[in-house]
Amino acid sequence: MHSETRLILGGLTTLAVATAALVVLPYITIADSAPAPGLKPYTPTQLRGREQYIQHGCVYCHSQQPRARAFAPDAKRGWGRATVAGDYAYDNPPLLGTMRTGPDLMNIGVRQPSDQWHLGHLFQPRAYVPGSIMPAYPFLFDMRDSAEPGETVVALPPGTVPEGKVVVARPAALDLVAYLKSLDRSYPALAADQ
Amino acid sequence: MSPLSILMSAFILSIVGLGFFIWSQRAHLTDASTEGSEVIFAAGEIGTPEEPAAPLATRPAPGADDAELAARARADASTAPLVFFFYCCAFVWLLVASAAGLTASIKLHAPDWLTAEAWLSFGRIRTVHLNAVAYGWAPMAGLGTALFVIPRLLKTELVGGRYALLGAALWNAALIAGLGSLAYGVSDGLEWLEIPWQIDLLFVAGGALIGLPLILTLRRRQVAHLYVSVWYMGCALFWFPVLFLVANFPGLHHGVEQATMNWWFGHNVLGLFYTPLALASIYYFLPKVIGRPIQSYNLSLLGFWGLAFFYGQVGGHHLIGGPVPGWMVTLSIVQSMMMILPVAAFTANQHLTLKGNLTALRHSPTLRFMCLGGLMYTASSVQGSFEALRSMNAVTHFTHYTVAHAHLGLYGFVSLVFFGAMYFVIPRITGRDWPWPRMISVHFWLASIGIAIYFVSLTIGGWLQGSAMLDESRGFMESVLLTLPYLKARSVGGAMMALGHVIFAAHFVRLLIARGERRTAARPFATAAEGI
Repeated sequence: MHSETRLILGGLTTLAVATAALVVLPYITIADSAPAPGLKPYTPTQLRGREQYIQHGCVYCHSQQPRARAFAPDAKRGWGRATVAGDYAYDNPPLLGTMRTGPDLMNIGVRQPSDQWHLGHLFQPRAYVPGSIMPAYPFLFDMRDSAEPGETVVALPPGTVPEGKVVVARPAALDLVAYLKSLDRSYPALAADQ
Repeated sequence: MSPLSILMSAFILSIVGLGFFIWSQRAHLTDASTEGSEVIFAAGEIGTPEEPAAPLATRPAPGADDAELAARARADASTAPLVFFFYCCAFVWLLVASAAGLTASIKLHAPDWLTAEAWLSFGRIRTVHLNAVAYGWAPMAGLGTALFVIPRLLKTELVGGRYALLGAALWNAALIAGLGSLAYGVSDGLEWLEIPWQIDLLFVAGGALIGLPLILTLRRRQVAHLYVSVWYMGCALFWFPVLFLVANFPGLHHGVEQATMNWWFGHNVLGLFYTPLALASIYYFLPKVIGRPIQSYNLSLLGFWGLAFFYGQVGGHHLIGGPVPGWMVTLSIVQSMMMILPVAAFTANQHLTLKGNLTALRHSPTLRFMCLGGLMYTASSVQGSFEALRSMNAVTHFTHYTVAHAHLGLYGFVSLVFFGAMYFVIPRITGRDWPWPRMISVHFWLASIGIAIYFVSLTIGGWLQGSAMLDESRGFMESVLLTLPYLKARSVGGAMMALGHVIFAAHFVRLLIARGERRTAARPFATAAEGI
């Protein structure tokens, strides 16, 4: 090959084809999918919790995309129906995930609606799920002798913290739990593939 | 927009792309001459290996044209300080990435270890590991090697090296800021694109400055023919900025389209940046250290254009079963299978070139790393093609199997090739021999046995994990618990790899502080290069 111009033009053309297929066409067709009927926008608290979800990297172990029944038994595990583009209308960015080191969380708010369970599980997952390899997040909590009025005390299984200590949830933990509880795509999807 | 018009426009774009492909090839596609592949040798040099990392006694005296060797020495000298800076950064990021990766690996089977600090939690330290590899080690080693090789291939001195130096400084400043913000908890939230877009601006400026010398040097080239390594390196330097800029453009991407863009970027940064840089290194160093041109130049053409054409469109296979258009996923699966073509072309070429020259493996550390790296390219690419098939993807998607595959590609292939290139280049740019040749072997075996343990254990563990998840009669926790022995084995493999990197870096430091051991007569073209 003697011409660098042809080389670069050829190379950029192949990239343009790829970009058209994977970025431009999806941009035209699904970037502005209307919210699925039944999907509620996030509250400010839930959005702050979503930031926590992102910054602690929950997405590296938890997917948010149950697959169709024909493909995998996700629905039978209680993870919910297969999602459609409209389910992510308020998700910026969508947190589809690539790993299931832990379970799918697209409908965790339906499966586990208890604040206390979520808080305690974040503080020490192994107190709730024996053998879990989820990290503990003690830095989202304070361990003290007593709680101030208005603070959320976490009710933990006996033996999780030393006798006489209480565990108080920091705002970040409360936000995160608010986000987790908001994860609910149990309304029907009207997409063609359902 | 209707599906018909979508398919029509995709079709038209493909035709345009193919048109360019044929246009740029028309003169030489059927040309059987090997002239092109001989451009990396000086007159009379074929048959003489160049391997500065080999023990002194095994290095043959050059019988080549003195003027050409002197010109090559001047090309090397013109890049030396610049490449040295890139490689120093590469060493630092290699060690940072190893420490972060090993920590993340241990945390998966010891989840209560180091939980007091947020920045040490799995989600963050894993991200630091990925970004230190993706934007630190791999590009610094790959671009440093490219900057060394390009002037040699164009038979001229590097022009505009100071732009690249400034670019590298900006790039590394950006990476320090980026890793800092990830550890602190500021992230854009998309895999491979976590670093906040404000910092990405620095990467864009740095990357552009690093690419500038390529254009300036191309304009001063002294050869008519552009060697195959130049195609890979040249295109990689154009592809990456497009990928990075489009992917990080703030506010442009919405909804699920962000996920398709995410994997268009995530897979292309592997396929159109690291892979071409590493393949270019193999195409240059492998013939160089055995002293024989590559066997089939036309196969390398097929390999290059096949990669350029098919690799860009494979990213959608990361979203099989996800909430994205079915046609896009299907397109990506088809192109993933098509990738077997360029991979087969490369593999056949490597095999034919090496045939009868395997004894060189005994002396040449560069060749050992390159050979094993090349084999891992074939292995990881073929594995990747099959992983994209729906039937196999249903098991392996969302499991550690994918992690094993990613490391086979980025470590087994790309990193090993860069190790080999660095063992070759560092004596050339510092003018010093490696002081402990045996340590090169130790590094090689730690790296190869380490990645073997890593890959085999996670592949088995991931497959079992995926099979368990597909069986609804087994509880989810079963799929977690059964991976534990394999996760522990991965930490053992990872620790061996990390130890190898520490030895590699220590060896480099020893080379730098080795007073009074400057190489003189050992340099093949020492006399010719005198007075630079």
